Amino acid sequence: MAQHKVNYTQDGGLPVALTSIDKIVNWGRSNSLWAMTYGLACCGIEMMAAGASRYDFDRFGTIFRASPRQSDVMIVAGTLTKKHSEFIKRLYDQMTEPRWVISMGSCANTGGMFNTYATVQGVDRIIPVDLYLPGCAPRPETLQYGVMLLQKKIRANKAGNAQKAKRLM
Amino acid sequence: MRAYKSKDNVQAKAYYTDRFYVAPQVPKQDVDCDETFSSDLEAIKAKFEVKEAYVQVGQMVVYINAHDIYGVLELMRDELEYTQLSEMSAIDWLAKDNTFEIFYQMLSMTKRKRIRVKYFIENGQAVDSVEALFRSADWAEREMYDMFGIEANGHPFMKRILMPYDWQGHPLLKTYPLQGDEFAAWYEVDKIYGKEARDIIGPELRDTARVDRYDSERFSRLGFEVPKGTEITGEEEPHVESYQEEGGVFLVKKFDKESSKVIDDPQR
Ligand code: SF4
Repeated sequence: MAQHKVNYTQDGGLPVALTSIDKIVNWGRSNSLWAMTYGLACCGIEMMAAGASRYDFDRFGTIFRASPRQSDVMIVAGTLTKKHSEFIKRLYDQMTEPRWVISMGSCANTGGMFNTYATVQGVDRIIPVDLYLPGCAPRPETLQYGVMLLQKKIRANKAGNAQKAKRLM
Repeated sequence: MRAYKSKDNVQAKAYYTDRFYVAPQVPKQDVDCDETFSSDLEAIKAKFEVKEAYVQVGQMVVYINAHDIYGVLELMRDELEYTQLSEMSAIDWLAKDNTFEIFYQMLSMTKRKRIRVKYFIENGQAVDSVEALFRSADWAEREMYDMFGIEANGHPFMKRILMPYDWQGHPLLKTYPLQGDEFAAWYEVDKIYGKEARDIIGPELRDTARVDRYDSERFSRLGFEVPKGTEITGEEEPHVESYQEEGGVFLVKKFDKESSKVIDDPQR
């Protein structure tokens, strides 16, 4: 994991009190979290399992999209290699704001067991991460729980058009 | 077998430092022991110089001169029915005598035999491409170039295949550090954010066994979560994370832990 600290509260939203507008916007956002299909390795299989009928992500409003431009949350499921690192940044930049990132599994969190020259030691070296899911691989239940926590986090935020982008730097 | 070494502290440091370890050889047999192999060897010997040949674990190993490789493989493919090149790569002997050993693993489906053709090259010398003979050599030679830095003359697209094109160094050389050199360690940061960002993003943390309960930046303290960056005093309150807010959410079914059903039969 990277050493820097992303200040999420600083760019979190407008300096206004929570209103019912906030609530309704956040209700909409949190219940239609379209996820980008980002299965990079074995964790991707668990992510697919979470999307399939047994765990059924659709009932949470989480529908997998194949384009960053249509998705709200990037679930980085798997090993990020150094060769691929520039593309994850590019895809993250293509997502419309507000956007969130779930780092799924040890590999995405810290590089995991791949303590080698070719693996990025944690996706938060490249993009800001909202939620880290531990495990190798995390079970689909963990991902579901993670999505529910992310929904809770979104509801706690202030919704505003002027919500600023999260940046690493 | 490798000599036993204490594996205390095994997660913190690499304990196999003998990277130039050479495995003992299994017994070698004379080529005469197999009719097919001896006739194949005669056919090769008739046209090319063979330096050494023996049978090991049921496969023939033939050492030839580096400049003969295209001819030998062509002869084997067209006349001796060795129609498949299943694998080719190099072995790093730089520490021993500044050479690479190149091997080509050939398979004959009709004879049900395998032959390994080998030769040595000096460090920095290029090999002849056999891509025109075997399509499988296309990627194998690119991989050899990527991993060892050995170029193949006459290859149509001699570029890296696994590592990015702008990578520096050849990772399968025995001198290449497992966790990467300076270039590898900063590759993604330099490429995406530029060298100035190194200070902000910080070096890679490579200690997989590191646990620090006082570090709230990187460890979540399960059950005693605090906001990121909080100073840990040891008197943190236990924290129960609920699925939803107390009051529930509009139109969304309330999940609460007390009323949820725990399924402990995995065959449900
Ligand atoms: S964390 Fe484990 S399961 Fe997930 S991608 Fe890495 S190795 Fe595979």
